[in-house]
Amino acid sequence: MVLSARDLRRDFGGFTAVNNVNIDVHHAKVHALIGPNGAGKTTVFNLLTKFLQPTSGKITLLGQDITKTAPARVARMGLVRSFQISAIFPHLTVLENIRVALQRPGNLSTQFWLPLSKLDVLNDRAMELLTSVGLQNQCNSLAADLSYGRKRVLEIATTLALDPKVLLLDEPMAGMGGEDVGMVAELIRDVAKTRAVLMVEHNLNVVSDLCDHITVLQRGEILAEGDYATVSNDEQVKIAYMGTDHD
Amino acid sequence: MTEISMTSETRNQTANRVQIALIIALLIALIFAPFVLYPVFLMKVLCFALFASAFNLLLGFTGLLSFGHAAFFGGAVYFTAHAVKEWGFSPEAGILLGVAGAAVMGLVIGFFAIRRQGIYFAMITLALSQMFFFFCLQAEFTKGEDGLQGVPRGHLLRFIDLNEPLNMYFFVLGVFVLGVFAVWRIVHSPFGMILRSIRENENRAISLGYSVNLYKLGAFVMSAALAGLAGGLKALVFQFATLTDVAWQMSGEVILMTLLGGIGTIFGPIFGAAFVVTVQNYLSTTGFPVTVLTGLIFIVCVLLFRRGIVGEFNASNLAVKLGLKSPK
Ligand SMILES: Nc1ncnc2c1ncn2[C@@H]1O[C@H](COP(=O)(O)OP(=O)(O)OP(=O)(O)O)[C@@H](O)[C@H]1O
Ligand SMILES: [Mg+2]
Repeated sequence: MVLSARDLRRDFGGFTAVNNVNIDVHHAKVHALIGPNGAGKTTVFNLLTKFLQPTSGKITLLGQDITKTAPARVARMGLVRSFQISAIFPHLTVLENIRVALQRPGNLSTQFWLPLSKLDVLNDRAMELLTSVGLQNQCNSLAADLSYGRKRVLEIATTLALDPKVLLLDEPMAGMGGEDVGMVAELIRDVAKTRAVLMVEHNLNVVSDLCDHITVLQRGEILAEGDYATVSNDEQVKIAYMGTDHD
Repeated sequence: MTEISMTSETRNQTANRVQIALIIALLIALIFAPFVLYPVFLMKVLCFALFASAFNLLLGFTGLLSFGHAAFFGGAVYFTAHAVKEWGFSPEAGILLGVAGAAVMGLVIGFFAIRRQGIYFAMITLALSQMFFFFCLQAEFTKGEDGLQGVPRGHLLRFIDLNEPLNMYFFVLGVFVLGVFAVWRIVHSPFGMILRSIRENENRAISLGYSVNLYKLGAFVMSAALAGLAGGLKALVFQFATLTDVAWQMSGEVILMTLLGGIGTIFGPIFGAAFVVTVQNYLSTTGFPVTVLTGLIFIVCVLLFRRGIVGEFNASNLAVKLGLKSPK
């Protein structure tokens, strides 16, 4: 178990967006977090990555209590997230986007007196990552000029560039074309061999295909948990999430 | 790698060559300018151009709008003037003290301001710089409303007489070039890359593990120090220090210069400053209210060419022909 949350709760004013959530994310497993719109999935991500401070509860990453840790520090410990709305650096080139991630280790990023060419040592690794997601031909385009699906792919490649121990992906395939969905699914399957993945995903085909464990969230609380078969046969889940068309 | 990256590399090379040619042309123009135009006018332009470039490091390349940069600029004017006049510092030591003073103030004001974003950031910088204004109004060493008069220019490195207008001009030009080079170096460094990524998407930068507040504070202090460099120069050029340089209008003016020239470009603030200073100089002899005209210019600029003079040029067909910009 690399990441775990106990009795996680978050209030916004009088409204409880997340309540009593327990999650255990394991090494070399893909864990899905699903649930209807507004269930609190993104809020859980924000809590786990410390972009939001939990009202109560406890979060542990790799054996260390991170309940009070700053988000950038959590990221440096190896828990890296992607965002529901594609998060890239639009006016940097595709290659530069990747290098921003690659240049973090070491003290390269504080060197304000050195030329940018000092970053060229990262190019080989960057191109390798870009090739693995099929972006190598666009390495010199501005990220803003990519299609929406390609932007998401770039975001995932940037996340992987940090070689995180735990990956949190918030709807990584939303807005992608069919081809990219297949490619990204393969990519996730591949990276999950050596690290833990927690992902929010609406596409149930992807979830059933890719995920070892599923947590269903509804109105901020856990409705059901287990593998795909268990969850999809759960009566409450059928009613709440999958609707009647799943009979 | 592929053909695409090859062509873009050749394109970059032409762009670089054109840019270097433009820089050399500008330098030659600046070297011969004092033989045609008034040196004091030119030095004023250079001081404000450096000030605007320093400001742009923060606004254009980090995405932080400070409304309190007069405190660093005007603060340094006072520090340098006081050190040179009262303590007998050499001009270079006086300027260095101005830079150091501005950097310390940048550290203090930046420390509080970077905790907030957007309009709140601007409000905090404004509030703290206004506190500094009132401090200057009351403090003993600024001589209040009278200001510090008759600041000696002295001898640079003890043997170059800065009272000689051309000596002073080339000293100012040298410091200006160094200052703009520093901005360029910071922007085009591994550190500058992180500043730009914070400007582009702060949350993403955090999620990649960057403690963005430290980077912002670093940029804030560097910007303040360079604004101080411009202020220190100005103290020696005009040989006085008054409250105008620390007043909030000065913070507004540097925003105007930067926006007018084009934020996020190296040359934009230089042209913006030259334009504003020139207009002010002409109007000061006519009695036409300067603030009215700068206000009008500002509105026209925002409505018609939002990217500023240099920004619009870079986006134009001419820039494409020169190879400065890739065709869409
Ligand atoms: N910063 C906030 N302030 C107030 N309410 C919030 C905030 N963030 C989220 N909420 C509320 O918390 C609830 C859960 O939102 P959240 O974004 O976590 O849902 P989600 O499961 O990710 O939904 P979706 O599938 O649409 O992405 C929603 O009702 C939302 O309005
Ligand atoms: Mg969401």
